[in-house]
Amino acid sequence: MSEYGLLIDYKYCTGCLSCDFACNQEHGFPLGQSGIKVAQFGPWEIDTDKYEYLFVPALTELCTLCSQRVEKGKQPACVQHCQSLVMTYGRIEDLAKQMVGKPKHVLYSR
Amino acid sequence: MDFDNPLQKQLPWRWQEGDLTVTRSNAWSGPGCHEGCGVLIYTDKEGKMVKVEGDPENPFNQGRLCVRCLALPEVTYHPDRLLYPQKRVGERGEDKWERVSWEEAYDTIVTKFNAYKAEFGPQSVVFNQGTGRDVTWANGRLCYGFGSPNSSDFQSGMACYLPRLSSLYATTGSFLVADCSQHFPDRYDEPSWTRPECIVIWGCNPIISNADGFLGHWIVDCMKLGSKLIVIDPRLTWLAAKADIWLQIRPGTDAAMALAWLDVIINEKLYDEDFVEMWTLGFDELAGRVAEYPVEKMAEITWVPQEKIEAAARLYATSKPAAIQWGLAIDMTKESLPAGQAITALWSITGNVDIPGGMVTVALPYGADIWGGDWGYSHLSPEAKAVRIGLDKYPLLQWGLPLAQADEIVEAMLTDDPYPIKAIWLVGSNALACMGADPEKLMKALNRMEFVVNIDLFKTPTAVACADLLLPVLTYPEKNGLRAVWYHIGNINKAIEPVGEGKSDAQLAIELGHIFNPDLVPWETVEEYFDAVLEGTEMTFEEMRDAGAVLYTDFEYKKYEKGYERGDGELGFNTPSGRIELYSTAYERSGLDPLPYFEEPTESPFSTPEMYEEYPIVLTSGARHWASFHSEHRQIHRLRAMRPDPIVEIHPETAAKYGVGEGDWIWIENHRGRVQRKVQLTTILDPRVINADHGWWYPEKEPAAPSLYGMWDVNFNKLIPWDPGRSGFGANYKSLLCKIYKVNQGEEAQSWLP
Repeated sequence: MSEYGLLIDYKYCTGCLSCDFACNQEHGFPLGQSGIKVAQFGPWEIDTDKYEYLFVPALTELCTLCSQRVEKGKQPACVQHCQSLVMTYGRIEDLAKQMVGKPKHVLYSR
Repeated sequence: MDFDNPLQKQLPWRWQEGDLTVTRSNAWSGPGCHEGCGVLIYTDKEGKMVKVEGDPENPFNQGRLCVRCLALPEVTYHPDRLLYPQKRVGERGEDKWERVSWEEAYDTIVTKFNAYKAEFGPQSVVFNQGTGRDVTWANGRLCYGFGSPNSSDFQSGMACYLPRLSSLYATTGSFLVADCSQHFPDRYDEPSWTRPECIVIWGCNPIISNADGFLGHWIVDCMKLGSKLIVIDPRLTWLAAKADIWLQIRPGTDAAMALAWLDVIINEKLYDEDFVEMWTLGFDELAGRVAEYPVEKMAEITWVPQEKIEAAARLYATSKPAAIQWGLAIDMTKESLPAGQAITALWSITGNVDIPGGMVTVALPYGADIWGGDWGYSHLSPEAKAVRIGLDKYPLLQWGLPLAQADEIVEAMLTDDPYPIKAIWLVGSNALACMGADPEKLMKALNRMEFVVNIDLFKTPTAVACADLLLPVLTYPEKNGLRAVWYHIGNINKAIEPVGEGKSDAQLAIELGHIFNPDLVPWETVEEYFDAVLEGTEMTFEEMRDAGAVLYTDFEYKKYEKGYERGDGELGFNTPSGRIELYSTAYERSGLDPLPYFEEPTESPFSTPEMYEEYPIVLTSGARHWASFHSEHRQIHRLRAMRPDPIVEIHPETAAKYGVGEGDWIWIENHRGRVQRKVQLTTILDPRVINADHGWWYPEKEPAAPSLYGMWDVNFNKLIPWDPGRSGFGANYKSLLCKIYKVNQGEEAQSWLP
């Protein structure tokens, strides 16, 4: 298991799918396949004038954490292209510390 | 390389990464887009583009990129790209073409255009465009170089940003945009910038639509920094779901909403008295007019509860700075100018003008004649200027952008009144399937023309139905160019050889313009032209490229207090009174109501109650999707897979009422026609309103008429009339009435399967 992972602030994921497309392009996966896919929840009304409308990216078996890009000092393709700038690549240990006290974050290991 | 701004970095414009070459560039159409994000184009040893990435060094997008640029290689290398000039050899609509040389294409254009000029005057040739962005200046240059005053688009009321721009220009003498730090290369770290306390998203979904140099995800950046949100939208968008207040407005009532806010703000004295006193004209007259639109009455009209309107108006007026990111819904109401005027009054009386995090006035970067400017218009003869179509009927066209009025162009094409139109230069516009209203009328008008030149990346229904000559243009990695928006200017750098024989829009304008009028278009190459317009940067095109630069101008707030708004150096704004004219003297001189007002959509539950009985659903359209830019990208497989079918969003209650279900194909019908859509059930809409996709055609279906790529069954424009507002600006594209019913089995428009 890699000691690196991705921390995602999914509160601000807008479901634009740039991560999915950037990954697919970077690795030349067949159409529809990617190391990261985005799930949608909602929209539905939770309470008066309160809505659930969430997008949550998840890593698939295809994700390599872009080791070849990272070796060159770049960000993983999904992290770089995320339109909401909500993804952070780093050591899981550090990311876990960053996550403390922050709502609606998810930490992925590979 | 010395930059004026110490925060600007010198960066390489081309380098090697292993086997791949990387070229830094800016993505400006084609394909169509209103952004111009910084991109890195990767090419292999054979010079083929393998991928496009966002440029992390570009302050505009900071590395991010949307799916349409990520899918660019599929666009550029698509087998259906137009690769060489072709002339029509069958009848219009038969889709029979023959390849010709550029020499023959240019000869034909020059011979025919000059013959029409000699017999009917230069005004008999109209230069229209779609909404491509490295096209506008080129279209203007060519039009004015040829000597015609008629440059516009085929859209009723030119109902896309132009109404708002004209309204702003008439009442403030400038243009204003929501301040998300975009003027500064260090962006959110810039010390003089403050994040808006509150951002109003009015009639747009900016994270997808990304209108004109405003990257929608800057809103998300500001949300993270603590900006509150008010969203005014008939649909529960993602932004609406996150907003502090969402006002689910009835389509077409934006002016009523703005007047209701003004009513609350004026009655509760929440406005900025000092700013109003010092810098505005006609506050008392405005207050008098606003009193005719009390919030309780506007609540009934907009279908939004009074207390919500009041809460939103209070939140907006008590937040400072506050910004309003407004959108197309303002333009796509028939009386769009008073709507824009009312919203402008909101940010004016609250003193949110040209302050950090408010609405900032903007100018052309380095005066470069690219994003806006003269484009040679001032060199037209007084006689030519005087016959611009629509000028007599719509005097407001005298001020601001020198546009010909689109509805009047179509009338002139059909009637020869006020004079014959003989030829159309139509660039980057699939008007029949996209921006044009009533496509049958438009097709008839186009087919009265003796000569139609269509310039595009792909063959479209409009091309097949009406064009005599097809010219191929280039995608951005295939060309050199300039990309400019209010805040900065940068290079479009050629990264690959053109796939076919295409030319850039700039090349077409400069090469043909030079033939038509070498005095006005003295440049022989586009690079010479770029050098000339970059004079203010003190760099040539190559020097700017070598610096890898996106050049930012120095930006200051409160320019009206420093004498920077007006050409004469006086304080104040560039209007006759020197003030923001809440009471517009420009409107008054144009025979228009000088104060904002609301008028019901021409067809609505209130204006046509009898029609509402027969057509009992309010119909809106035009919401954008990630996968396409209006009618573009329908043939791009990976994007089409995101949105394979033309969709109509319907509330489940409404669907049940009319016996339709998820995935059903239905007809949406009004008294003008009917159009098919596939049902998507959703609770994001009021049950009284449905929302249909626009800009649909089927690149995979038969091109030849009557099919025209299967356009007729799915062409939303069949439901829309050519019917502009009193000023000549605005049209009801987004507020119609309709009924719905299932399509008979076997008659569904669907054809594409992933």
